[in-house]
Amino acid sequence: MADVLRVCALYPDLMNIYADRGNLQLLRKRCEWRGLGFELSGVGLDDPLDPDAHDLFYVGGGQDRDQALCAEDMATNKRDALHKAADDGKVIFAVCGGYQLLGHSYDLDGTKLPGVGLVDLETVREEGPRLIGNVAIEVTLDDTPQVLAGFENHGGRTRLGADTRPLGRVLKGHGNDGRSGFEGARGGARGTVVGTYLHGPLLPKNAWFADWLTATALHRTVSELGVLDDRLEDAAHAAARRAAGI
Amino acid sequence: MIRLAAGVAAAKAVGTLARTAGRGGGTSLPGKVLTRVEPDAIKRLAARLERGNVVISATNGKTTTAAMVASILQRTGAELVHNRAGANMAGGIASALADASRGGGRRLTGNFGLFEVDEFWLGQVSDQLEPRATLLGNLFRDQLDRFGELEIIADRWATIVRNRAGLVLNADDPLVADLGRHAPEPVYFGVDDDRLALPELQHASDSKHCRRCGHAYTYSAVYLAHLGHYKCPNCGQERPEPTVVGTNVQLNGIRNAAFDLNGHRVELPLPGLYNVYNALGAAALTLSLGVELEDVIAGLEAVAPAFGRAETLDLGRPTSLLLVKNPAGANEVLRTLALEGQQLDLLGVLNDRIADGRDVSWVWDADWELLVGSVRHFTASGSRAAELALRMKYAGLAGDRITIVDDVEQGLDAALKDGEGPLYVVPTYTALLELREILTRRGQAEAYWR
Repeated sequence: MADVLRVCALYPDLMNIYADRGNLQLLRKRCEWRGLGFELSGVGLDDPLDPDAHDLFYVGGGQDRDQALCAEDMATNKRDALHKAADDGKVIFAVCGGYQLLGHSYDLDGTKLPGVGLVDLETVREEGPRLIGNVAIEVTLDDTPQVLAGFENHGGRTRLGADTRPLGRVLKGHGNDGRSGFEGARGGARGTVVGTYLHGPLLPKNAWFADWLTATALHRTVSELGVLDDRLEDAAHAAARRAAGI
Repeated sequence: MIRLAAGVAAAKAVGTLARTAGRGGGTSLPGKVLTRVEPDAIKRLAARLERGNVVISATNGKTTTAAMVASILQRTGAELVHNRAGANMAGGIASALADASRGGGRRLTGNFGLFEVDEFWLGQVSDQLEPRATLLGNLFRDQLDRFGELEIIADRWATIVRNRAGLVLNADDPLVADLGRHAPEPVYFGVDDDRLALPELQHASDSKHCRRCGHAYTYSAVYLAHLGHYKCPNCGQERPEPTVVGTNVQLNGIRNAAFDLNGHRVELPLPGLYNVYNALGAAALTLSLGVELEDVIAGLEAVAPAFGRAETLDLGRPTSLLLVKNPAGANEVLRTLALEGQQLDLLGVLNDRIADGRDVSWVWDADWELLVGSVRHFTASGSRAAELALRMKYAGLAGDRITIVDDVEQGLDAALKDGEGPLYVVPTYTALLELREILTRRGQAEAYWR
């Protein structure tokens, strides 16, 4: 069992618009408090990506122009490495703009950004308002349903392929497209590819989910990670749920 | 004429009613009534300002910069019509004009309009005001749920100010400076002080890539977020040489700052590099209007803090209020507080109402780590108190130094009781209004709506 969580952030300078570093900070601190090592590296445009050198790959959200730069680079230079990582059961966690790039493509008023095709889904920007607001979804990762609460703000509508598993069921908010009642997606040979529109950032208000990502990346169970004093985390989770109205 | 007179009368009645009821939020309501009755009211009333008007917009520092400009212009005999309470959308501007109207809008009590304008309203309001000069101070990421992405605001601004005369622009902000590309003789201001430069771009930096070609800028100095001395190695776009320059900057905690304005010392009674930028903007604007340098300096040295912007009240403990509302602004407040010394007591109030931004993720982009070593106790309050408390915990503050009290009044009292000496309060916008209402009710602060 590895005792160091090796995280690779893709495009940390470009894809960070919704406080994505909060997610990384959560993973880091919770490893430190548990006596686990934590290594963070970043890869940018044109950098090579080594699928074997990391346990968890993170992609955040970005402004349209930055997202377009990254989409091109990710599809050209990082696609194969990401597929190998997914096949090997590495965790790939993507939020908002990063989530959109996990699919086949993102169609923005005629301009089509390429995706890496890790999950069978596609995204289209349609007429109509952006989907903005507090959101809560019910997620069943192992057996027990649990709640993720956060904030969503996206112009794209994401449609899942017929066999694609959503990450969760919308309790309050818009979700993938404002209609389907689903939010996010899971994919990869071992279900370790996770995409979601929930930011806020997501992990601080949902520490249980941060622990699931960490445990999965380290091939452990959550209970093997050990218990932390999560009173403030629980209070922030409760406040985020209240904000969403559940 | 009848519609304008009727609108002004209705607006004045609503304003009186709101003041009598003691409601502070009434600052934009009279203007909304006025523009409902006469949609062209802003245009028609502003046309009666004999010396014209000027407009100020920015993500951060609008209210303070306008207060500085007011302090300077008053020395030149200008009688100002000014939305000083900070209501800066069309309603707030119309309210200021209605308030100054006499004879049903045939006359105004002032001869010079000074308007701070919300970033989103700049186009509509400018079309009506036709300002002599437009000061654009900075663009930072702010309330993404309301404003959308920063590039979108920058694009809107570029369309609005294309070919506009009288632009006054921050040379150090690449997004703002580039707005002068097609304008006749824009005036630039900026900072030039190597000792202030940060080791690298802060996390919250937004504009790292060239507006023109998309290549990453290289910085020879970074002063604040993405403000600094930049150049695009690909297409050659670079910081324009400013004519109004701040050098030899000295920052003295939350008390004050000093700098040389084109070689002349200014003792600014407001703290932080962000206020030096505000002062340089105010100086560039007023110099471009023909104000003498000595009046500019005297005006800057006489300015008082705007409401909740590094304002200190006596609440048993000397209590300083420092508004925070987005990562770039918060970072400057935190950097300034870190100069205050050790063992600070803080009350952070995080609300998530519409005017704050419903999305609280920005607190994770601000560098609270800057303060952690200097905090004795942190009280978190407001509708998202727990999120702020959690942010402090993950910034590295020990859990036993953090208390959560959701209710703002109880939070304030808890923070005041716990400890002695100065207390520093960092509230978001609606939290500041709430605090002000509490303090006004208790007779500890002056009503702000005047």
